[in-house]
Formats: sequence, C-alpha cells, structure tokens
Amino acid sequence: MADTTAHAAPVEHTSTGLPSTKLAMWLFLASECLLFGALITTYVLYRGASTTGPYPSEIFDIRYTSVSSFVLLASSLTMVLSLTAAEKRDFARMRLWLVATALLGMTFVGGQVYEFTSFYHEGLSLTTNLFGTTFYVLTGFHGVHVTVGILMLLSLVGMSWAGRLPDDQAFPVEMVGLYWHFVDIVWIVIFTVVYLIPQAKPAG
Amino acid sequence: MATAASVPAPRGIIRRPTATTGWLSWFTTIDHKKIGLLYGFSAFAFFIIGGLEALLIRAQLAKPDNTLLNADQYNQIFTMHGLTMIFLFVMPMSAAFFNYMIPLMIGARDVAFPRLNAFSYWVFLLGGLFLYSSWFLGGAPNGGWFGYPPNSTTDPTIGMTFYALGLIITGLASSAGAINLAVTVVNMRAPGMTLFRMPVFVWMGLVVQFLLVFALPIITVALFEMLFDRRWGTHFFDPTAGGRPLLWQNLFWLFAHPEVYILILPAFGIISEILPVFSRKPLFGYQFVVFSGIAIGFIGFGVWAHHMFAVGLGPVANTAFGITTAIIAVPTGIKIFNWMGTMYGGDIHFDTPMLMAVGAVAMFVIGGLSGVTHAVVPSDYQQTDTYYVVAHFHYVLFGGAVFGLFGGVFYWWPKIFARQLDERWGKVQFWIMLIGFNLTFGPMHILGLGGMIRREYTYPASLGLTFWNQVSTVGAYLIALSTLVFVVNAVKTQRTAKGLANEDPWDARTLEWTTSCPPPVYNFEEIPVVHSIDEFWHRKYAEDKEGRLIRVPAGASDHAAADGHGGAIHLPTPSFWPLIAAVGLPTIAYGVLYSWWLVGAGALVTVIGFMGWAMEPPVAE
Repeated sequence: MADTTAHAAPVEHTSTGLPSTKLAMWLFLASECLLFGALITTYVLYRGASTTGPYPSEIFDIRYTSVSSFVLLASSLTMVLSLTAAEKRDFARMRLWLVATALLGMTFVGGQVYEFTSFYHEGLSLTTNLFGTTFYVLTGFHGVHVTVGILMLLSLVGMSWAGRLPDDQAFPVEMVGLYWHFVDIVWIVIFTVVYLIPQAKPAG
Repeated sequence: MATAASVPAPRGIIRRPTATTGWLSWFTTIDHKKIGLLYGFSAFAFFIIGGLEALLIRAQLAKPDNTLLNADQYNQIFTMHGLTMIFLFVMPMSAAFFNYMIPLMIGARDVAFPRLNAFSYWVFLLGGLFLYSSWFLGGAPNGGWFGYPPNSTTDPTIGMTFYALGLIITGLASSAGAINLAVTVVNMRAPGMTLFRMPVFVWMGLVVQFLLVFALPIITVALFEMLFDRRWGTHFFDPTAGGRPLLWQNLFWLFAHPEVYILILPAFGIISEILPVFSRKPLFGYQFVVFSGIAIGFIGFGVWAHHMFAVGLGPVANTAFGITTAIIAVPTGIKIFNWMGTMYGGDIHFDTPMLMAVGAVAMFVIGGLSGVTHAVVPSDYQQTDTYYVVAHFHYVLFGGAVFGLFGGVFYWWPKIFARQLDERWGKVQFWIMLIGFNLTFGPMHILGLGGMIRREYTYPASLGLTFWNQVSTVGAYLIALSTLVFVVNAVKTQRTAKGLANEDPWDARTLEWTTSCPPPVYNFEEIPVVHSIDEFWHRKYAEDKEGRLIRVPAGASDHAAADGHGGAIHLPTPSFWPLIAAVGLPTIAYGVLYSWWLVGAGALVTVIGFMGWAMEPPVAE
C-alpha cells in the first residue's frame, strides 16, 4: 500500500474515474453560466427601457461585430487544433496553435476596445442611459473573461516552452480549452441577444 | 494542477516552505485539518464581534427613546451584525467542519485541491477584514444585509461600496471552496464508500456546495451592478433613468433564499451525525434524510419571492410562491420526523453534543412553524418588516444553525484536540443559552405582532413595547454569558485537561473516529475499505444469533494509524502562493475605492500569485 502512495501518482485514482481538475472546471463553468445568465437577464429586462438615446439601432455596426465574432469563433477551431497536436505529442505545433488562438482572442478584444471607443465618441457612455449601462457591463464582463483566457493561453505556451508542463501536456491544454470554448459559446448568446435581435426605439 | 507531478524542481523566487510546525506554517499550510482550524478560529472571532454588535443593538432597544446609539450608528451596527453572522460566522464555521471532517469521513488524505483550499481561506479572511476596515474608513455598510436600492445605491457614505466589494470577495472564497469540496466528495471517496454509504453530514455538505456554486454567481452579478451604480454612476437600480430596484430584490433573494439553506443544512448534517451516536441507533430513514436534503436544495431555488410578498408582484406570483414555500416545509418536516424516529426507543445519552442537537431540532421546529405562517400571503402582509420576521429567522438560524454548530464543536472537540470539553460546563452553557435564546427571540414574536417595525433604532414609550424589549435584552446578555462559559470551558480544557483515555469517547459510527486524535497529517496510514453505512460501528459491533449487539474483539477493530509511521506517504508541500494570490484581491478592492494604481498593483499580485502557483509542483521534490 505504501508503495502505491509513495509518489503523488501521475494517474489519479478517483471515485468517478474522471480527473478532479476536469470536474472542477465543469463545476466552475456551470457557475459561470449563472453569472452570465444573470447579466444577460439584466440586459434583456432593460431592453427598450432607456429614457434617452443613443439607442442600439443608431449605434451598432452589425457587420463590424460579425467579423470580430467570426474571429472569436475561429479561435475555437485553433484551440481544438492545438489540443489535437498535443494529443499527438507534437508540442511545437501545439504551441503554435495556442499562440494563434491567443492572437485571435487579442484581435477580438482589440476590436471590442475599438468598438467601445467609437461608441463612446458617438455619445454612448457607461452612464448615458440604461442601454449604455447594461451593454458595457455585459460585454465588458465577457471581454475580461476573454482577456483572462488569453493570459492562460500565453502561460501555457510559456510553460510548455520552458518545459514546465507535466508530461501529459494535452491535459492542461484541454482544461484551458474548455474555458475558452465556454467563453466563445457565451459570446454567441450575447451577440444574438444584444446585436442581432432587433430592438425598436421606445415610442415617444 | 493535480497531475503536475513530473515537472522539474522550481527555480523559485521564493523558497518553497516546507515546515509543518511553527507559526509560519499556519500561513503556508495546505493541510485540510489546519485550514479547518483556521476557518474555525476566524469564524469564532467574527461570532464574538457579531455578538457584541447584537449586544449593542439590544442595549439600544432596552428602553424607549434611548440615545445610546443614534440612527446612523444603529444602521451600521445592525447591518454589520447581519453580514458578520451570515457571511463571516455561520458560512465559514460550516466550512471549518466541512474542511476538517469531509476528507476524514470519506476516507481521503486531503481535499481535491489543497492549495485552492488555502486560497479560499485567505480570501475569506481578507474579505472579512476588508469589510471591517470600513469602520475606520468612513463608516460601515448601513443598508441592511439585503442592501435594497435605491437606498443602498444613493446613500452618500462609503459603507455600501464596502458591502458590495467585501461580499464579492467573500463570495469568491466560498465559490472556490465549494468547487473544491464538491469535487472532493464526488471524486476522493475511499474504495467502497459509495454515495449512499456516505455520512449524512457529507451529503449535506455536498448539497451545500452545489447551492453555493449556483447561488453565488447571481449575487455576484447583483453586487457588481450595485458597485457600478455607486462607484461609476450607472443606472441599474436608478428609477429616474428607467432602472428597476425590483431587479436587485429578485437577484438578491434568488441568491439569499438558497443561502438560508446554505446556512442551515450543515447544522442538519451535524445533527444527523450526533443523534444516532447518542441514541445508539442508526439514523432512522437514511435515504429519506438524504433525499429530503437534496429536495430542499432544489426547491430552495424556487421560493425566493416569498421575501417579496409585500412589494406588489400580484396575486398570481404571490400564490405561486406561497405554494412553493409551503411545499419546502415538507422535506424539512421529513427530516424532523426522521430525527425523532432516530431517538425513539433509543438508548439516549444526554451528553452536551446531544443536548445541543436536540435543542437545535426543537428550536428549529418553532422557527419552521413561524416560517409556515409566512407562506400564507395575507398573514405575511401583517408580518413583513416586523420583529415577527426577526424572531422567525433567529429561531431557524440561531436556534437551528448555532445550536447545531455548537453540537458539532462539542462532538468533534476530542477528535480535533484530543481533549474532552468539560461536560458540566457544557451543560451549564447549553441551558443558559437555551433560556437566553428563548428570552431574546420569543418575545420578538409578540413585539412584531404588536407592531414593532424591524430596523427602527428606537421606539416611543407610548407604544407599550417596553416590557418585552427589556425581556429580550436580558435574554441577549444571557446568550453572551453562555458564550463566555464556552470560552472559559475551552481555555480551561486546553490548559488542564489530560489527553483522551479513549480515542472514541462517544462510541461513534463514522470513519473519522478510526483515526487517532488528532488525526495524523496524512489522515489514514492505509486508505480504508468501506463496506456499509456507519462503517466504524460495524467494525466494532456485530450481532449474535438473537440479534443482540456483541463487541467485535479488539484488534479486529483497531485504529488503522495508531502506531503512526506513514513516512512513505508524500503529501502536498506547503505553499506561499495561495496567500499571495489572495492578498491581491482586497488590494484591487481598495483600488476600486481609492486609486486605479492600486487596482493594477493588486491585479499584478494576484496574477503573479496564480502564475507561481501554476508553476509550482504540488509536491516538492
């Protein structure tokens, strides 16, 4: 018995057979669903409730945001490619795809910063009206999540490059990937609810 | 994290701490037992502070037109009393028991993520201290623990900003802890410890962790919205710009009703452990107790609007939530009957843990019954915002949770400290506490129905409320006396009591008692193999042909780890990084209040903390 416990065994023996880290990540993401659920609910509740402009229809550039949404969704593809490479133990290619994912994420966040800046110049600030309040806080929360994801991706690249990841490099890549895909999926919901579902200006 | 076993030794900026004794080791420990103790001591300190606040409240209300406190001070004190008792006492005290006991009860060597566990503790402690620093930085929160806007968002003092930030921080601590403990229960059980062989305390722990995981993000969003409204002038709860204060109420109670069960289910778990041991019978209807706990967890998310009957949601919503509220009384009632069934015909020993547990059941029943009167909407209209509500929730949360937690303290004290608290002083404490408690909160039913409004800082003599308020104040000081008795008992026990003659003083039933007292750092020399519910009991006793209990000869039932080698067991090494990552969070919060530079510094510290954490192998080479 002592022999089997002499080292923190690389293969965990768990009650469910699943790695604890994976379970924890799923629980964390379940919790995050409620976080974004509450934020999106707030946005939906206040749709059309602004008492002054600018209103969404006057300010959104659907084409621009569609492109940046596409960039974010494409990053899910590069994330999967990275995981596939890691599973084949092709770690150089894994790092390459991780960097590509991070770059796509940065493009998205950069696009969001540009979008926020141009909306601000068009007269929509955090405090202008309820639309500004709910829009910036919801999409800002998402942007922070993407930024945290980018930090995790770059850390993975750095640690893999420095040889400080465990032997099974695919596992941490899979975990960060779970988070990254989640953030992408949330964006699909936010993009649909905030940008695509048309919203009339309140009458009067 | 958990699989990072084969990475090279760290080229550390900070030398890896290895000491497991000495004062410094408490800052770097990742042993679930030490962290459990840290949680317990911190929570008890906050209990004393929150209790002193309660004494100030009762002193102010001891006579009509009192001027001991002014309205502003009173608002801060009752708000901090509520926040302290809920977020800084009952929740972390429950976390203390979960941390210490769950790994022992399921036959594990530690929790799933030992460093995350340390992180949770430090974030909780620093969040609590952050909240309390508001007293010195312009005033404590003053809008009630429920923080209803627009009162809370337009208040000119800084207190409610501390409230929003402080609760976000402690919520983060609870979320991290909840994920950790839930994974521990799901994934770290000893061979044979199937879900339906787990002690009920572990089951209630699992339900509570799930409630936390799903309820906390909702309040986090609400608190961020409040923070934005207060700090950066957004309009979430600003009616003049179209915002709806009612949104806060919905989000808040959607969290805060599950929170009620987060506070009480741990005590239910402790009661379910104590009653069988001191009745010398297995828990009556184990499956019913477990499933009713799960049912409470689910239904708990569907009753929140009963806190809002008087705000005008309309008859349909009020009826629906009245019905769900009545329904949630059913699983709770099932538990009560199972506990009574456990005691029925039992060989009952009224030691202090048993007294506390029975007291908790009895007091909770009174609170539960007044709770049912809240489910009746027309009746609730009369009770809303009166002292009747204050009476109700103190009967469930003090009567249920605090008595239950004290029961746990007396029950597990020998396990944790290898000494037994003095039984006579324990019983004295129990009776003073029971009498004091009923004198304090019993009269509040009468006061509430007599028209005394919650949260008012004083009342005129002409209302005729003076007598029962005085009774209540006397009761509060009796509770304080009983707490003093406990402190004296604890200190005296630790100073003078000798070690345990018997490491199983209560003739207990569950796995934690198979270890030595206190358990060795690795808990179990050999991971136990579990064959039944009440595993330890079945190792000690068998039945003869006539069905009478006979003791299994010693040796067959001996302690697994009594002769304590265990040098071959490699445990995770202590670490500074969880503490460093945790320090960044209140720094960010102070930054939100005072300077963006501080936000950046705090964020940097947190990121460095997490980076160091990620780079560091769990076990030092």
